[in-house]
Amino acid sequence: MSILRVEDVVSGYGSMEVLHGVSLGVEEGQIVSLLGPNGSGKTTLLRTVFGILSPWKGKIYFKGEDISGIAAERIARIGMGYVPQEENIFPSLTVQENLEMGAFIREDDWQPRLEEVYELFPDLTDRRKSRAGELSGGMRQMLAIGRALMLNPELLLLDEPSTGLAPRLVDAIFERIVKLKEQGVTVFLVEQNAQALQIPDKAYILEGGEKKAEGGAQELLEDAEIGRLYLGR
Amino acid sequence: MAELVVYGIVLGSIIALGSVGLTLIWGITDLFNCAHGDQITVGAYIALPFVSLFSWIGFLQAKVGPFSFNWGLALAFIPAILLSIGLAVLIDRWVYKPLRQSGAHFITSFIASIGVAWGLRGLIYIIWGADFRFYTKGLRPMLFLPLEIKLRLDEIFIVVVAWAAVATVYLFLSKAKMGKALRALADNRGLARVAGINTERMIVWAWGIAAALIAIAGILYGIETQLRPEMGWIFLLPLFAAIILGGKGSITGALAGGLVLGIAQQVSTAWLLPTYKPAVAFIIMILVLLFRPKGIFGRRQM
Amino acid sequence: MGMEIGGILNFLVSFAIMASIYAIFSMGLNVHWGYTGLLNFGIAGFFAVGAYTSALVTSPMPTGVLTNYVKQAFGLNLPFLVGVVAAAMVSGLIAALIGLLTLRLSEGYLAISTIGIAESIRIFFNNESWLANGPQGLIGLPQPLHDLFPPGYYNYVYLVIVLAFLAVIYVALERGIRSPWGRVLRAVREDEVMASADGKNVFLFRLQALILGAMIMGIGGALYAHFSAAIQPSVFEPLFGTFIIWAMLTLGGTGNNKGAILGSFIVWALWSWSTFVILKIVPRGFETRAPFIRYVLIGLLLVIILLRRPKGIIGEERQVSRF
Repeated sequence: MSILRVEDVVSGYGSMEVLHGVSLGVEEGQIVSLLGPNGSGKTTLLRTVFGILSPWKGKIYFKGEDISGIAAERIARIGMGYVPQEENIFPSLTVQENLEMGAFIREDDWQPRLEEVYELFPDLTDRRKSRAGELSGGMRQMLAIGRALMLNPELLLLDEPSTGLAPRLVDAIFERIVKLKEQGVTVFLVEQNAQALQIPDKAYILEGGEKKAEGGAQELLEDAEIGRLYLGR
Repeated sequence: MAELVVYGIVLGSIIALGSVGLTLIWGITDLFNCAHGDQITVGAYIALPFVSLFSWIGFLQAKVGPFSFNWGLALAFIPAILLSIGLAVLIDRWVYKPLRQSGAHFITSFIASIGVAWGLRGLIYIIWGADFRFYTKGLRPMLFLPLEIKLRLDEIFIVVVAWAAVATVYLFLSKAKMGKALRALADNRGLARVAGINTERMIVWAWGIAAALIAIAGILYGIETQLRPEMGWIFLLPLFAAIILGGKGSITGALAGGLVLGIAQQVSTAWLLPTYKPAVAFIIMILVLLFRPKGIFGRRQM
Repeated sequence: MGMEIGGILNFLVSFAIMASIYAIFSMGLNVHWGYTGLLNFGIAGFFAVGAYTSALVTSPMPTGVLTNYVKQAFGLNLPFLVGVVAAAMVSGLIAALIGLLTLRLSEGYLAISTIGIAESIRIFFNNESWLANGPQGLIGLPQPLHDLFPPGYYNYVYLVIVLAFLAVIYVALERGIRSPWGRVLRAVREDEVMASADGKNVFLFRLQALILGAMIMGIGGALYAHFSAAIQPSVFEPLFGTFIIWAMLTLGGTGNNKGAILGSFIVWALWSWSTFVILKIVPRGFETRAPFIRYVLIGLLLVIILLRRPKGIIGEERQVSRF
């Protein structure tokens, strides 16, 4: 069953239309990638799914329920997490405080969850008391993901977590993403980096606000034309 | 000179009370609140009727320790703080919240806050008139310290209360869940929403804290000098200078900025007429804006 | 009966003079905020500079007993028009200095800085008695063509003079804004990045607009000085010198000179006529406080316009969004 279904969504900023009717689905328990060049509308799609933008047209279903146009503050409460590409931490708060803010709306005991997150990202444990703004790029990304995990999301939207990271760190991040999948979290991963085709079960290719291709990751990787047209190879 | 520095600390403590709230609101809502000074005036005047009311009660007429004022005034802090909070929250609901929700530019809210300032000052004039008012009449006991420093005992009270209030807020912001969320909001509003934090509810908290400090600042300044309808307006430039010195949304920066402004303004009177104090604040502000536009103390830690 | 009509007429004429002077200020602000997007909250500073410049240029040095009571740095005893031109020049010069210092600041900081500048100017005139007699200010300022007409009718003459200035400034601005220069200003306001990519020197255009608006405000200050024939620093408090003008332009319609004029007449009518109404309805013993009801009225008006009708009554010609 699709945990997320996007149907014919049109969206944009102000009067500028960015997405011209995009449809896709994310199966529960999988890693699904959305690839495409800069300015193709990937971030706009994530922001629309998460309710930061309202879709102009079309519908978005999460766990079978229509969530089109529902505000981000409420979507965060129903099991979806979102890690923006930039400005995805609270720089003047400590690492620990960042994670606490991730759990702000939880009323139950989130201490065990905090320990799980530290287990997933052991590097953060030593930096509990450091201000997040002082962290290196890779640590920031891990903190940003950790912050989103504090609410135990069933579906995690990740916007280009590999941006600006050295290849070694990119591998480390992707490794954790695979681990998340093993823990039962569905991941919707937006990337420009074709390296991101190593891990997903399925991938979509977006360009100019339109879906250009979809299929198994391996399939797309092997498709010479897609590689040439959209993945810069 | 030592004496001027001490007076500067007294004035700076009052400015710091105002600047902490001002920078919190600025960091969280982008509003440069031009009515902050006049809200300080309102805080001072709101205490007046309670001072008179409480003076009907016999045991409240007794002076508080060695200070010039009685227990009635000490008690009047409570209703003044509550009313100040209520007023701030109402103004936000009627003026700034609709502007926020219509997506208006922050300059629109800035201009609206000038209208609010105007309205508040008008109300003060209408209710209490233009004459100076005092909480208490009579002698103000003095203290003679080394280095030829003459200090009124009241001024010790002012500094202690101001810093106790600031310390409480600081503790709240660093330890309490709500306090941390306020800092998170000042840091990164978009991410706070993504984490599911209800922004509008947090803004009410911010106004509550700011307005409580405002009322305390107003009453303390009323004890230090006298109540007059323009008393808050003259704080506006030092307040803005203090938060710009401190860096946007930085609480510790605003505190340091407030102290620096208080001391600079008082020490300047060694060479300049006291009426130049607002100009001194302005010149400090311009220098900071030109050379260190991100503030001096604001490494964006709180 | 005849007396009463005469009284009403006199009131209307001085009302029209003040409203027109405020209309000139509003048009000056329109150059800053409406056309260029400069947040000038220090109109009172240029108002004061214009008024004091013209006063010092046109009045003679005090002589005889007066020297004991009036101190002024100089008194050139020159004609009215020279005073007005000098007011515009000095105002423009001060604006140039301020602009070089502050125009690179972002808009919010610019707004606060201009408040500080205006307050500093007022405090300067108040403290430095040698310059223009400190808090007492200057009185008995010369009025143009004063001796040619019977005193009771002088205001009619002055109204004509003010209206002439108003008309000239209006026409000049309307032409200016339709010229290539005006189009660049709007481009600067709408999108600084694009205007600078076009090779236009954004800073220079903003500076020119700041100076032009300030010169218009300086003229307004001079016209005020010679109308009231007396000026003192308290006239230039932010309330009457700056914020009421913002209420006028915002009400009339930012970016529109007709709106600036309309807003000035409406707000000034509210301000000056409400006094009568208020004094009629308030209880005895309350008269001294009643005028302050106008503060609340203007404050409320400003907030309500921003909430309900942010584009003002007329709104900008050629729809370009401001808010």
